[in-house]
Amino acid sequence: MGEMIKMVVVLTVLSIISGGSLSWLKEITEPKIENQVMTLVKGPAIRQILAKADNDPVEDRFKIQDGEAERNVFVGVFDSSPDTVVLESAASGYGDIIGMVVAINMSDETLRGIAVTTHKETPGLGSMAKDNPRFAAQFAGKSITRPFQVTTDGGEISALSGATITSRAVCNGVNQAIETYTRLKPQLEENIQGMRK
Amino acid sequence: MAKSIATEFTKGLWKEVPPFRLVLGLCPVLGVTTSMKNGIGMGLATTFVLLCSNILVSLLRKVIPPKVRIACFIIIIATFVIVVEQVMAAFAYELFMSLGVFIPLIVVNCIVLGRAEAFASKNGVALSAADGLGMGIGFTVSLGLLGAVRELIGTGGLSGDVFGFLPYHLPSIFGAAFQPLEFAVQAPGAFVALGLLLCLMNLIPSK
Repeated sequence: MGEMIKMVVVLTVLSIISGGSLSWLKEITEPKIENQVMTLVKGPAIRQILAKADNDPVEDRFKIQDGEAERNVFVGVFDSSPDTVVLESAASGYGDIIGMVVAINMSDETLRGIAVTTHKETPGLGSMAKDNPRFAAQFAGKSITRPFQVTTDGGEISALSGATITSRAVCNGVNQAIETYTRLKPQLEENIQGMRK
Repeated sequence: MAKSIATEFTKGLWKEVPPFRLVLGLCPVLGVTTSMKNGIGMGLATTFVLLCSNILVSLLRKVIPPKVRIACFIIIIATFVIVVEQVMAAFAYELFMSLGVFIPLIVVNCIVLGRAEAFASKNGVALSAADGLGMGIGFTVSLGLLGAVRELIGTGGLSGDVFGFLPYHLPSIFGAAFQPLEFAVQAPGAFVALGLLLCLMNLIPSK
């Protein structure tokens, strides 16, 4: 009995110390990691989907209050009118949360493009959501009035072979971004008005 | 005890150098050594985990009940692996991306658990630290070497840096006529390169 208690106590104490110190570490490293992801992953992804923009969308970003949370919004200027907003979104995929950026053209309510930024999907299958540009290209130019779905669910996005869960997750992420966009539209327009001058 | 810190430290450098002599922990050895930079980065990450887990396991060896020792070792090792992962993501994000899934896999690296079980749980702190550091350096050098061989044959040159420091750049040492053999940086090339290096090492008799 005594041995039993000792085992439980040792394991519990070890786990508590480990968990505690890791959450402390996470707190200090989080802003740094976010910064790294911004410059090395999200930045290039956003610049790529807005390659034809006249400005640098990563420079022209602002934060917007959405309930409790703060969201990053990147603005793309096309033909000298700032009509494109890029929102970040995330949905749970096969491995972990899939992070993505979604560019919405405000003037005609279509998608200008999307890109998967962070993921832990299976290499060679789910990872193709990021590595195969043809998958993300399916979203470009489509209207945002109808939610996106993969073809097996009755939508028009061809899923990646062997990675239906990943493909669904990307659709969900895009839909979430659109939902956020619709909800925050007045605020977004107000913010962008300020840039128009 | 006849064991001295110096012998425990140096055995990891040659006599029991992990991937070659012990042929342990081959998963990252084969997986990440597509370049010298990745090999060294992986080696240093493993060294840190090995050193810290050896010290902690050795410190706690009288407290840990034998029946749950493996679980305790894994908690300790996993904690340090996450520390490495977070710190690498914060300060060396590019390396973090190229090592990818192999960083969390340090948890199940046989060398780390093997040293905790076979050495640190039976020896004092100083000896365990020496053992961990020696094994880690041996592992780093091996991975760096294997990575260098594969990068040289696969791309014709060497270039990169170690955690943003010590940049090195060595374009095509074989001359312009050299055709890079892409096979070397692909997965099967890892086995061939490892086998050839093992072969070379066995030519030199070990003491």
